[in-house]
Amino acid sequence: MYRYDEFDATMVAERATQFRGQVARRLSGELSEDEFKPLRLMNGLYLQLHAYMLRVAIPYGTFTSRQMRMLAHVARKYDKGYGHFTTRQNIQYNWPALVDVPDILDDLASVEMHAIQTSGNCIRNVTSDQYAGAAADEVEDPRPYAEMIRQWSTFHPEFSFLPRKFKIAVTASDNDRAATRVHDIGLRLYKNDAGETGFEVIVGGGLGRTPYIGHTIREFLPKEHLLSYLEAILRVYNTQGRRDNLYKARIKILVNTEGAERFGELVEAEWEAIKGGEIDLPAEEMARIDAYFAPPPFEALSVDSAALDQSRQDNDEFAQWLRVNTVPHKIPGYAIVNISLKPIGGIPGDISDEQMEAVADIAERYSFDEIRATHEQNLTLAHVKKDDLFAVWQALKAADLATANASLASDIIACPGLDYCNLANTRSIPIAQRISERMGDLEKQEDLGELKIKISGCINACGHHHVGHIGILGVDKKGEEFYQITLGGSAAEDASLGEIVGRGLSSGDVVDAVETLVGFYRDNRQDKERFLDTYRRLGAEPFKEALYAAA
Amino acid sequence: MPLLKLNHGTFSPAVEEPLEEVSLADWLDNPQAHAGATALVIANDEDLSVVRCDVHAFSVIILEFPRFGDGRAYTQARLLRERFGYEGEIRARGDVLRDQIFFMARCGIDGFETAHADAASANEALQEFSFAYQRAADSRGAVTDEPIWRRRLSRVKAA
Repeated sequence: MYRYDEFDATMVAERATQFRGQVARRLSGELSEDEFKPLRLMNGLYLQLHAYMLRVAIPYGTFTSRQMRMLAHVARKYDKGYGHFTTRQNIQYNWPALVDVPDILDDLASVEMHAIQTSGNCIRNVTSDQYAGAAADEVEDPRPYAEMIRQWSTFHPEFSFLPRKFKIAVTASDNDRAATRVHDIGLRLYKNDAGETGFEVIVGGGLGRTPYIGHTIREFLPKEHLLSYLEAILRVYNTQGRRDNLYKARIKILVNTEGAERFGELVEAEWEAIKGGEIDLPAEEMARIDAYFAPPPFEALSVDSAALDQSRQDNDEFAQWLRVNTVPHKIPGYAIVNISLKPIGGIPGDISDEQMEAVADIAERYSFDEIRATHEQNLTLAHVKKDDLFAVWQALKAADLATANASLASDIIACPGLDYCNLANTRSIPIAQRISERMGDLEKQEDLGELKIKISGCINACGHHHVGHIGILGVDKKGEEFYQITLGGSAAEDASLGEIVGRGLSSGDVVDAVETLVGFYRDNRQDKERFLDTYRRLGAEPFKEALYAAA
Repeated sequence: MPLLKLNHGTFSPAVEEPLEEVSLADWLDNPQAHAGATALVIANDEDLSVVRCDVHAFSVIILEFPRFGDGRAYTQARLLRERFGYEGEIRARGDVLRDQIFFMARCGIDGFETAHADAASANEALQEFSFAYQRAADSRGAVTDEPIWRRRLSRVKAA
């Protein structure tokens, strides 16, 4: 993975020093809270309901055991012994004291980490496929491009005060695990008919209160022009995006007001004017960044592992975890391991300092010292030998990290909701916990197959409810929490927005409703249909009938 | 409003010589009526990628930052420097804060109407970063003039 050179290290250290100065000016009273707010928001520091929240960047979700140990240290020393992985492959700490934040940033900088651009109206932490470099279905590793975007967008002088936040995701697979169609910019790397690799450029997707699926404005962008094309998009957005209404300021509104075709023309015209300049990286620098992502020294192994087959036969619980939480690797004899941060009845994405240490140890020993954070609030070990899977499972189990529910009903995305967030209308976490408990039996969940339940505690949709197979949106009605259900959303390559089914439900009824919907699916599915497939085949009506007949 | 000017990487307080200002809209409407104008004021919703105007006729161009969070004029500044080749003073007016000065300077702005920073704090703000990742419109010789990737390449070539 990418390692800082002296330039990267200097930039991060100087940012930490700069922020220390800004905090000092706030604490001395030189800056008012109003004046300090935009400065802290440039550095991932939010003021929430009960305390400050610090969001730490994990560019494209890839990090090392050493970095994970530092995250554990921060949780222990400055927080309440845990952290929370987010849908942008970042980690959040919910209880830091303002006065400690400069020290936290210094500690993070010592392991090449920071909180740069994890908030504010700028280009946010770039996300990618958690299986990058390991997936059998990718054309090449997308992370070098994500790293190029990280560098280009860091302290970009022209794009630090955009109309609104800006999120970019990169995938190199036809199986979209990075939700590229619901990003401000989604980039899909692929090989065209001429055998050249380049990007499909998708713009104007997004969730929030006005969800849109993105539009492809360029079918094929030669990869060496990535940065100049991004600069052209951002420039059009910076000058033309709305600034009069916070809720209409994202690029999706501009793209859909202008029309994707017209927006694309504006971008192309701007790109024509700038593409010969010094924005795109020369081949030598692209190759330098590429080299950091060279495959780790894989051993030559046979596809099958006798040790694995034996353990699978001997241990049903292990066999189930193996079926659900591991994914084929592109190299024979290796597997991709998903670590669920969704224990039954737990808080989605939360992880204790001890668990972080355990994951760091396991990754160091069994997965080339590399960890991935996923946009579904889980972790991934990208390169585990099949021979080692049983040992990895035992170690995860000892750390309460072996829940066999990856992509199943209890693998729920939930925003922090009213337990932490000052924007929320309702709580999300307790709903996720109760659905998880209701769905509890892992064998039944496995039988149900892939089922994406996503919960947002307000219309800002941080829990991605629009793209949940089952989405749940919390709304406040006269001081009471109600939950609205959407069905049929997807954030994958078959992206779609869920449809609202009927009136809101009380927090008590919503868990029953999910169970009813799942039961209806189970009774009506054909062959190996997923919930989403059955929904798409039958349409909303029968699901609605089932739901409200029962209610 | 106190005025700071950035010259060869250093801020100093400046005494304002009187300017005759004209807005871009008025100028385009009737240039003859404003023949004596020395400063062009460009509203931040003017799209400079389409507006054509002889900016070189003015010794100062004033860009507006009605709120610090309204970043349209950063693009305008870069277009003036990089596309129009404008070499006169580009002055920031409005909500010009100490912690935005670094970004403004990188976009080619070299005049700052601000009560939020003096020359000392502006110089401090400018020196907070030793490098920059991307090419922008820095004045020649600024430490951020050469992007990091270029420095990497020259280092490799030197070695």
